[in-house]
Amino acid sequence: MRPGQAIIAADNPMRKLIAFRVGRQEFSVDVTAVREIRGWTSATMLPKAPRYIRGVINLRGAVLPIVDFALRLGLPASEPTARNVIIVVQVGPKQIGILVDAVSDIITLAQSRIQPPPDIASETVSDFVRGLIALDGRMISLIALDLVLPPDSAVAA
Amino acid sequence: MALTVLTVDDSRTMRDMLKHSLIAAGFRVLQAEDGIDGLDVLKRETADVIVTDVNMPRLDGFGFIEALRRDAEKRMTPILVLTTEADPDKKSRAKAAGATGWIIKPFDPAKLVDAIRRVSA
Amino acid sequence: MTADPMAEIREVFFQECEDQISELEMGLLRMEIGQGDAETVNAVFRAVHSIKGGAGIFALDTLVRFAHGFETCLDRVRSGRLAIDPAGMALLLRSADALTDLVRAARNGEGAQDARAQALATELERLAAKGDAKPPSAPTLPRAAPASSPLRTWIIRFTPKAALYAHANETALLLRELSRLGTAEVEIDSSALPDLTEMDPEDAYLSWTVTLATHHDAATLRAVFDFVEDDCDLDIFERPDFAFQDWDNTAAAESAPQPMPAAAIETLPPHPVEAMAAQAESAGTVGATIRVDLDRVDRMIDLVGELVITEAMVSQRVLEAGLARTSAIAMALEELEALTREIQDSVMAIRAQPVRAVFQRIPRLVRELAAQTGKQVRLVTEGEGTEVDKTVIERIADPLTHMIRNAIDHGLESPEARIAAGKPAEGLVRLVALHRSGRIIIEVSDNGAGINRARVRQKAIDHGLINTDAPLTDDEIDNLIFLPGFSTASAVSDISGRGVGMDVVRRAVQAMGGRISIASKPGQGSTFTLSLPLTLAVLDGMVVKTADQTLIVPLASVLETLRPDGADIHPLDNRTAVLALRGGYVPIIDIADVLEFGSRIGQPEQGVALLVESEGGGRAILLVDEIQGQRQVVIKSIEANYRAVYGIAAATVMGDGHVALILDVDTIVSATRESSRLEAPRSLSQVF
Repeated sequence: MRPGQAIIAADNPMRKLIAFRVGRQEFSVDVTAVREIRGWTSATMLPKAPRYIRGVINLRGAVLPIVDFALRLGLPASEPTARNVIIVVQVGPKQIGILVDAVSDIITLAQSRIQPPPDIASETVSDFVRGLIALDGRMISLIALDLVLPPDSAVAA
Repeated sequence: MALTVLTVDDSRTMRDMLKHSLIAAGFRVLQAEDGIDGLDVLKRETADVIVTDVNMPRLDGFGFIEALRRDAEKRMTPILVLTTEADPDKKSRAKAAGATGWIIKPFDPAKLVDAIRRVSA
Repeated sequence: MTADPMAEIREVFFQECEDQISELEMGLLRMEIGQGDAETVNAVFRAVHSIKGGAGIFALDTLVRFAHGFETCLDRVRSGRLAIDPAGMALLLRSADALTDLVRAARNGEGAQDARAQALATELERLAAKGDAKPPSAPTLPRAAPASSPLRTWIIRFTPKAALYAHANETALLLRELSRLGTAEVEIDSSALPDLTEMDPEDAYLSWTVTLATHHDAATLRAVFDFVEDDCDLDIFERPDFAFQDWDNTAAAESAPQPMPAAAIETLPPHPVEAMAAQAESAGTVGATIRVDLDRVDRMIDLVGELVITEAMVSQRVLEAGLARTSAIAMALEELEALTREIQDSVMAIRAQPVRAVFQRIPRLVRELAAQTGKQVRLVTEGEGTEVDKTVIERIADPLTHMIRNAIDHGLESPEARIAAGKPAEGLVRLVALHRSGRIIIEVSDNGAGINRARVRQKAIDHGLINTDAPLTDDEIDNLIFLPGFSTASAVSDISGRGVGMDVVRRAVQAMGGRISIASKPGQGSTFTLSLPLTLAVLDGMVVKTADQTLIVPLASVLETLRPDGADIHPLDNRTAVLALRGGYVPIIDIADVLEFGSRIGQPEQGVALLVESEGGGRAILLVDEIQGQRQVVIKSIEANYRAVYGIAAATVMGDGHVALILDVDTIVSATRESSRLEAPRSLSQVF
């Protein structure tokens, strides 16, 4: 055990997050959920899908749905280019690609540095934001991805 | 050094069951599917005790015992025969072929282990 | 390691039971047609014996009891004490069925239906008792057994020590004594005899092996050697009965232990054990097998699928780079492609299984149906070894069962009707599997009355399926039976199933990318032919483009492609139109529109029309921009990472690495037909 680690109490573990940018906002997800990060390639459109589903791409033989994160949060979005980035994350048994503008940082910090989200009656906030992190004057939202895909029951008949 | 027991049975269920019981008793277990297979295993390995079924394809228990008893090296290896019921005819045939003793299926693992220890002593 | 090893062994037991039951069924069927040799009877006995043994471990008492009675009966057959007549054979077959049910009940932890098993057990007991009452029924026995104890064959191995001779005993006397007890055959082993120069005149070098057929027991034989017991190595053991049969093929299965045939004395047979070992070895080279976890095989199939796609991608890149097809790299790639395909085929072959697994269930079905209908049926199966992917095997069982039911219920006539028609009372149902051009063909044929076309036609008219004046060929009439809701039986039969007919079979077959057709001759019978892909992991598809999207249409549902003539397109309203086709009207479905891909380029007449047929039998025209070709595609799930998508069955990865969607023709056609207010008379859509 390295000496530095000894001072971290058991109830205050270290977290490692991947931060990314969408428009002018910064978000982060826990690094353990991230499978890989890759460049944007054009997706195959899915019929009758919500707008934020950009379609599906081939990830080494698996069919991967791509969620445009800006559209998912109801933010303004533009057509993705080769400079956009797909973060492949594991959500339960599924892997999905999150389309973002860029990966901005990899952050290691103590759990206690993550503040609870403000009590705002916003669906987007309550659905996705799990915490807020203030870092060098930036504000980074820690998000959860369980609700990023449309629910199965929403399949159009 | 643990005693090595060769079990010869065409039923995988029975082989698994024997293995499970014998390993639990601390024996080393070799397995064969029938008489031919059993002879084959014994070309490579040495068993301290042999437990064999009677009804098996290719070479049955009687033929297997007979073949072993002809082999100068293996004629002293104790052989226990597994039979389903106390059929006196089968028992005498097994005895004539050279079996050391027999156990009636479905066997009680404790009795089997006991019998193995008895004949191998 | 699992927490509960007993649960695991129990699972092994039930898996093994399945194998044993297959073995049992196959053996009994072979016995039924008179091909049951000694080994077959042994195998049948062993199957029941093993089930009983395993059941005992898990205290499955009902199963043990029934198996015991069954086994006793089979043991009598095996030892030749009981001859099996057709009635006895039927009992054995029914008992196998009952045993199957008892195993299943035990596996599911259900209480067994004791009554039937109990009744069968009583019958078995009665049958076995016959074997007890009769003396050994061995007409081939050369002479009647005078003694009450059975004739047995003993091997006496006898190696005198020098002491024996020293004690003034004579080998010859001992041998003479032995031969008085029965029929003896003597073999001398002189292999231990040294060179003359080294020979000790006081020592003993010879051993004798006497094969003795006698009614006496071992004790009597041993008594012969009373005086020399300490002066020789003596081995007396009985030669097992089966060894006779194995080395001497002329010995019949039913023969009880019998003496050495006189003719065999001159030339000594090879040692039984060695003979068997040799036999086993030659058998072993044919089919050594290993058990592999299915997940591993599936993982490999996935990987090979990737390999195929990656290879195609590389090839495409190379061509795009402008390299000539004759360049070294292009040629090497071609070789790689061939190898890749070969690997794919080989891997698919691992998962392939003989259709035997399904065919084995049929004899029982036929027996039950024959009993229910009072018809006499003989079943002939061919090509049981024909292999097909496991996924296909799992899914053909139901359609096949239905076809067999149909053949017996509707195809074959009653014995009286057959005799009246100058046919044998017993009807024939043939079940054949074979490979033909990369697909598996399964034929079910009967030699019954054939399709009554006048009746079929009338029924179709009555049901509003065709117009009264529809000009149909014989073939087209025959195929009417596949239409939904069509049933040829005047009364809904209990056997062919509660009003569902061949349309259900066709739907199931088409869902697998297969086709079904019928050929019938009045008075001579009908043949149903199933054509199925060898695997469900890949699919033959037509690659189409519409609204700039690439889609795959399963080839199995495409009947034909055409360029529609503008004059044949009749709009019904601003969204729907029909195409006039050979006297009927087929609804037109614009795929880009239905899937909301945006608008298709140009007018309907500028597109390409695919005449498709859904699983439900409904037909429609799918309108697309262009057809790019046909290819085999590896099926990929969309649901694994996403969810079900309307109108899409699955996806695949194309050569350029992009995902292409595979159209769910059935959903699209049926949804369109419902929503488009096209509920005009059904005849509109039935184009023949």
